[in-house]
Amino acid sequence: MTLDALTIAEAGARLRSGKTTSADLLAAVLDRASRTEAQLHAYLTIDRGGASEAAAKADADLADGIDHGPLHGIPVALKDNMCTRGLETTASSQMLAGYLPPYDATVTTRLRDAGAVLIGKTNLDEFAMGSSTENSAYGASFNPWDIGRVPGGSSGGSAAAVAVGSAFGALGSDTGGSIRQPASLTGIVGMKPTYGTVSRYGLIAFASSLDQIGPLTKSVDDAAVMLEAIWGHDPLDSTSYAGEYPDPRSEMGKDLHGLKVGVVKELAGEGYEPAVEEAVAGMVQRLAGEGAEVVEVSLPTFDIAMSAYYLIAPAEASANLARFDGIRYGHRAEGATTEALMARTRAEGFGPEVIRRILLGTYALSAGYYDAFYGQAQKVRAAVREDLARTYERVDVLVSPTSPTVAFVAGERVDDPLAMYLSDICTIPMNLSGDPGISVPIGLDHQNLPIGFHVMAPSLGEPVLFRVAAEVERLAAFTARPVLEEVAV
Amino acid sequence: MSTVRPTDRSETAATAFYTPATMPIEIDIAHVAHLARLDLSQAELDGYKAQLGDILDYATEVQSLEGDPSTESEHPLGLVNVFRPDERRTSLDRDEVLAQAPESQDGFFVVPPALDTE
Repeated sequence: MTLDALTIAEAGARLRSGKTTSADLLAAVLDRASRTEAQLHAYLTIDRGGASEAAAKADADLADGIDHGPLHGIPVALKDNMCTRGLETTASSQMLAGYLPPYDATVTTRLRDAGAVLIGKTNLDEFAMGSSTENSAYGASFNPWDIGRVPGGSSGGSAAAVAVGSAFGALGSDTGGSIRQPASLTGIVGMKPTYGTVSRYGLIAFASSLDQIGPLTKSVDDAAVMLEAIWGHDPLDSTSYAGEYPDPRSEMGKDLHGLKVGVVKELAGEGYEPAVEEAVAGMVQRLAGEGAEVVEVSLPTFDIAMSAYYLIAPAEASANLARFDGIRYGHRAEGATTEALMARTRAEGFGPEVIRRILLGTYALSAGYYDAFYGQAQKVRAAVREDLARTYERVDVLVSPTSPTVAFVAGERVDDPLAMYLSDICTIPMNLSGDPGISVPIGLDHQNLPIGFHVMAPSLGEPVLFRVAAEVERLAAFTARPVLEEVAV
Repeated sequence: MSTVRPTDRSETAATAFYTPATMPIEIDIAHVAHLARLDLSQAELDGYKAQLGDILDYATEVQSLEGDPSTESEHPLGLVNVFRPDERRTSLDRDEVLAQAPESQDGFFVVPPALDTE
C-alpha cells in the first residue's frame, strides 16, 4: 500500500514507529496531487513552502520527544473559505482573488497547534453555494470515481482530495449538506458536528445560523480525530457552545444491542435511485441483525424543510455578503460615487449562483414579503426541531441515504437550480435543527459509484453518532478506492 | 403557481394573503437588485427574475405548515447573548489589513464621493 492510501491513524502509527516521516507523508500526497490534479482540480492553492516547513518541524519535534497528538505531522487540506494568514483565501470567488487574510481562522490555528501539516486550500462552490463544486470561479472539480461526474459540493475539492489520496483528511463546511453530500458522492466519511461546537471565526460566512465546519476523512475514526482537534469553545465566535463537550469516542466500539434506530419515512421514495435505496435498506437490516431495534419514523416537517432552507440560507447570505463592497478588501470596480462603485463591484465580482441567492434572500426579507417567506420559514425551522425532539423520545439515532442519487454527470444540473438544490434534501434538516450528522460509505452501485449512509443524532449526541457510524463502517467493510488514470501535470 | 403580494404587516396569518392562484409571484426584480446593490443589465435581471419565480414558487411550501410551533430559537443549544469585559485587546495589524484594501492612504480606506455632486 502506498503512503497516500493510509488513514490518519495508520499514518500516525508509522510516524511514531519511525517507519516514516512527516516529510515522507507530505511527499506522498504532493506526488499524488501532481498526478491527479489535472483531472480533478481538487486544490486551488498548494502551499509547498509552508507545508514543507511544517512537516520538517513536526519531524524535528518528534525526534525531540514532542508529540502534539494524533494529527502530529499529518498533511491535511482546508476548504478555501477558511482563512489562512498570508495564504490566498478566495472562497472560489473572483471577489476575493488575491485576498491574503490578516489572520487565521480558529480551525486553522487549532490544526496548526495539533501539529497538522496544512497542504493547501481546496476548491468549492463560490461562497459554498452549491452542491457540485461547479460554481467555482476558478473552474469545477471532478469526481475521482468518474471524472465525467461531479464530486458533490460545496466541499467537493476537499472530498475529491481525500478520496484520491492527495490529503489524509480535510475540513469542509456544511450549511445544507456541503460536507456530507460530497463525502457520499466520493466514497469517504464526512461529518457535520453539532452547531456551535466548532468555531466559525475565520470561516467566510454564508448562512451563519446554519454554517458548521467539520471533517472529511477516509475513516470514522479519523473523523473523530479531526473533530477532537478542532472543536471546543471559542470566545471569538459568539455562537460558540460554552458548556460541557462529550467525548465523541466514548461509545465507539460498543455494539448496537438496545439501541433504537429510526428510519426516516420521508427520506425515501420518489427521486431516490433504486441502488441507493437498496444499499441503505440492506445496511438497516444488518444493523437490526447486530441487535439494534429498527423502527420506521415519520417526520412530516422534513417534507417542507428544504423550502424553508432555501429562504433562510439566502436571507442570511444576502446580509453576510453585504460586506463585499469593494472598499476594504477584494475586487473593486470603477464608480463615480461610492454606491455606484459598490453596485458595479458586486455585479462583477459575484458569480451567477451567488447573485441568484443574494436576490432571493433580499426579496424574502424585503418589506411586504417578510411574513410570507422568511417569517414562515423560521416557523418551519422551529417545527422541524419540535418534530425531531418528539422523535428522539422514541429513538436514539435516525438514518437515511445521504444523497438521493450517486454522483451526477457534470453539467447536468447547472441550468436547473431547483434540481441542484434537491440533492441536499436528506442533509438539510440537520442544518435547520443544528444536530450532528455523518455520512459513511457503504458500497458502490452498478456504475462503480459510491453510496453514502446518513446517521443523525440529537445535538451533542456525537458519542452515539460515532458509535453507530463505526458499526456501519465495520459492517460495510468498504475498502474500494477510485481507480484514476494518472496524468502528469 | 401562487400569488404573494406585498401586504400590511398587521396581517399575521399566512392564509390571509396566500391564496393558490394562477398568477405568478410578483417580483420587482430591479428594485430587489437595487436593494442588494447589484448593478445588473436588463437581460440579467430578466433571467434572474424567471429563476427566482420558480424557486419562490417552490418555497411557498413553507406556507403549508399547519399550526404554530411553540418555540422559536435561533440556536439549537439555546444560547443567549454573550458579553465580555470592555478591556483593551490586541487587534489585527493595521498595515496588514490595509494592504488588502483596493486603495488606502495614510492609514485610511479611500472611496469616491458618497454623494453624486453632479
